[in-house]
Amino acid sequence: MNALSALMLRDMRIAVRIGGGALMGALFFLIVVVMVPFAIGPDLRLLAQIGPAILWLGALLASLLALDRLFATDHEDGSLDLLMMGRVPLELVVAAKAVAHWLTTCLPLVIITPLLGLMLNVEMNAMGALILTLLAGTPALTFIGLIGAALTVALRRGGLLLAVLVLPLTIPVLIFGVSAANAAIAGPAPFGPPFTILCALSLMSFVVGPVAAAAALRYGLE
Amino acid sequence: MAVIDLANPTRFLRLVDRVLPWLIAVTAVLFVVGLYRAVNAPDDYQQGATVKIMFLHVPAAWLGMMGWGLMSVAALGTLVWRHPLADVAGKAAAPIGAAFTLICLVTGSLWGRPTWGTYWVWDARLTSMLVLLLLYLGVMALYWTAEDPGRGSRAAAILALVGAVNLPIIKFSVDWWNTLHQPASIMRTGGSAIDASILWPLLIMALAFTLLFFTLHLAAMRNEILRRRVRTMQLMQAQEAHA
Repeated sequence: MNALSALMLRDMRIAVRIGGGALMGALFFLIVVVMVPFAIGPDLRLLAQIGPAILWLGALLASLLALDRLFATDHEDGSLDLLMMGRVPLELVVAAKAVAHWLTTCLPLVIITPLLGLMLNVEMNAMGALILTLLAGTPALTFIGLIGAALTVALRRGGLLLAVLVLPLTIPVLIFGVSAANAAIAGPAPFGPPFTILCALSLMSFVVGPVAAAAALRYGLE
Repeated sequence: MAVIDLANPTRFLRLVDRVLPWLIAVTAVLFVVGLYRAVNAPDDYQQGATVKIMFLHVPAAWLGMMGWGLMSVAALGTLVWRHPLADVAGKAAAPIGAAFTLICLVTGSLWGRPTWGTYWVWDARLTSMLVLLLLYLGVMALYWTAEDPGRGSRAAAILALVGAVNLPIIKFSVDWWNTLHQPASIMRTGGSAIDASILWPLLIMALAFTLLFFTLHLAAMRNEILRRRVRTMQLMQAQEAHA
């Protein structure tokens, strides 16, 4: 447990210091959301209607952005080999890295969402529910992305391949995230069912992600 | 002959050489019979002759999904049993499965134009088949980018298994999301909803498509083994020239 918290602290420190990409995702998110009104026009009613979808899509793309750094930098400087040889099970190591990654890249996205929601004319009383869906859904994105990051690190090809592999797998998260957010804002469908499925997807990816990612690292780097 | 005996590529190639001509012949005969029966099948009272697209569309959809199943079994073979032919089988299945999925999407879209009035709708079935195609393309991209075939096939095997877990979830999520496509009409409780005059040609076509899949798959596996041999020989030649 001590080793895992040390690893998490190390990853978070690296992410916020020079060369780390912690806030880059949030900046990207901001820019994507600002681009949308330029593309579809500044009609506030239309923006309010598609606002939750834009916020979810932006968060999904932004969470992909820093994903290829998750293992690549550790692989380059050799610390990934040390982590793999350590006594702590690789699954837990990988999970700890994913949690640190979520805290440094996805949590900032959730934090700036109210501001962006305001710009997209999302109703104030539904903002809490919208943030709740992102809070519940983004861990699934990180833990699914974890698999892609582990698969591509051994091939030394991150970037585009990673997005191609990960995005189709995140479709259910997007569907239930957006439908829960829409239910909270417009109704009439209840908020509960899609939101609980979203939580279930996060919990399932929390189980499947580290196991698959650890297997990918073991088979890929052997 | 046990599965383990096929680990020897030479023995496998000999088996393929013996089986493949027969498989091709049976597939061709089944296609002739199936297409003949399909052409002579009665038109639908509502859709007219366009219903005949079904004889290509439905088997292609089944085999597109079966291709991923085969890839998942091959993935288990690669990761668990380390069977040398399993990664060849997985790699050979990906483009074939993708091709059947594409055939399903294209024929479905051509069928949709006269009956639904549009080539494409964001309906649950169509969307989940499209996602299946995207997943196939992802696996193929993974094979392309790997410099070392062994590494690439292990990575693709993990992706195939993760995809196998995720595919039903994608299917149910898009089902829940939006739907227009008709529900299952062949395998349902209370017997098939399709008349025998159409059902029989469909089943013959499905069998023909399945055999076509395995014919292409065996041929692709043979080609992959030969390609790897050529690669090894080229490497050896380069090494000799260097020394």
